[in-house]
Amino acid sequence: MNAHAEVATASAVTVRSLRRAYGARVVIEGLDLRIARGEFVALLGQSGCGKTTLLRALAGLDPIEGGDIEVAGRPAVVFQEHRLLPWESLWRNVTLGLDGADARDRAEAALAEVGLGGRLDDWPRNLSGGQAQRVALARALVQEPALLLLDEPFAALDALTRIRMHALVRDLVDRHQPGVLLVTHDVDEAITLADRILVMRDGHIAAEHRSTEKHVTPEFRARLLAELGVSSDRD
Amino acid sequence: MTAIERGGRPHRPVSARQLSARGYLVLSWVVPVLLLAGWEAMARFGFIQPHVLPAPSKVALTAWKLTISGALPGDLGVSLIRAAVGFAIGGGIGFALGILVGFSRMAEAVIDRSVQMVRAIPFLALLPLVIVWFGVGESQKIFLVALGVGFPIYINTVLGIRQVDAKLLELGRVQGLGTRELIRRIILPGAMPSILTGVRFALATAWLALVVAETIGSQSGLGFLAMDAREFLRTDVIVLTILIYAAIGVLADTLARSLEKRLLQWHPNFGSRR
Repeated sequence: MNAHAEVATASAVTVRSLRRAYGARVVIEGLDLRIARGEFVALLGQSGCGKTTLLRALAGLDPIEGGDIEVAGRPAVVFQEHRLLPWESLWRNVTLGLDGADARDRAEAALAEVGLGGRLDDWPRNLSGGQAQRVALARALVQEPALLLLDEPFAALDALTRIRMHALVRDLVDRHQPGVLLVTHDVDEAITLADRILVMRDGHIAAEHRSTEKHVTPEFRARLLAELGVSSDRD
Repeated sequence: MTAIERGGRPHRPVSARQLSARGYLVLSWVVPVLLLAGWEAMARFGFIQPHVLPAPSKVALTAWKLTISGALPGDLGVSLIRAAVGFAIGGGIGFALGILVGFSRMAEAVIDRSVQMVRAIPFLALLPLVIVWFGVGESQKIFLVALGVGFPIYINTVLGIRQVDAKLLELGRVQGLGTRELIRRIILPGAMPSILTGVRFALATAWLALVVAETIGSQSGLGFLAMDAREFLRTDVIVLTILIYAAIGVLADTLARSLEKRLLQWHPNFGSRR
């Protein structure tokens, strides 16, 4: 319990007054954010609000124009598409970027964790969409990242698969304790998974909510939708 | 007609003429065999003069005799070595330049336009010039083969590298791959289907280049065998060399296909499914 509390206070990522711009168009301005290890944060926002831009900046994929990002170690990313290398077997995919002689063993453990234990030598083309995304999760977690970035990883999955993936991700995060930033535009997904929900608008964080059980009420959901600019049923 | 109008089962007279898959296979072989038999018969009964077209059996006999005497294996070997050396040189240069241009915008700016301009020339049109430069020795033949091979390999290598999925490159960066690993694990495998297409094209052009190069002023090789036979109106030898050229072309293509099958196991359009 003590150790758990200690992990939870360690910072996975700290962002101070971040600024991102594409030429003259400012996408993110003066954004502050801290995610602790073991904390699951969902980032909601309409298309074009800058949430993916933020994720890409945190992943180190794009340069930043101002401010400061401090990540503990190298972040791992799961994208909307699985991005598995079609020419490599599943275990080689999982260990992409991983050094060491025990790579195959670690891949085996990681694949077992996502329920694909027996398929180390299988090819990506033999996987369903959900399975491929599970391999992508294994590839991210095998690196034991302090920060896990999820860029709408369930958006392309069917509803039932998505529910199963939610349970799996929650379980994996509880076990590995990375700090998580989930970018999504699915309010229910954010409520189901996250400890904290951020609503992003016009390049800054417009609202922030704790999302514990007692808050998950129809009113809470309606409020989030309103903040996202979606009028509720009662209008 | 009335059966259809009443909603009854329409009959399909077409099905009566349909064969099983094996039937079609047999049929597809019947025609060439008949042609061959016809050719044999026509030659035997004197409808075709031997100096115009010899009987297939005569060609087979000639093949046997030339094999026994060692002339055919020797000339065939010489031709294959020329093709291999030319392919290695041209392929090597084409691949190296392709890698360079594929990776570097600077190299593209410096090299690509010139290569594309030279490529616009049908390489066989250069033959007279090549003979002036190299005479009619080995270097002329190897140069011509290398020239024909270089371009398809170059172009398909550049294309393959450029077509590698940018999202996978991004993933490689996220996973912390260095430049070497990025090239080894993502760029080269991603470019491989295109490169192998280039190899297949190159094998075909290599062979074509060799036929042309050997036809002019050779002292050895298959082309020499054919031209020498021409002097003595030995059409059987000429037909034999033509058939050997064809056989080796087919063989080269089979080789390229098996290479694709091995290297592109992962690819849905190539390797065997598991």
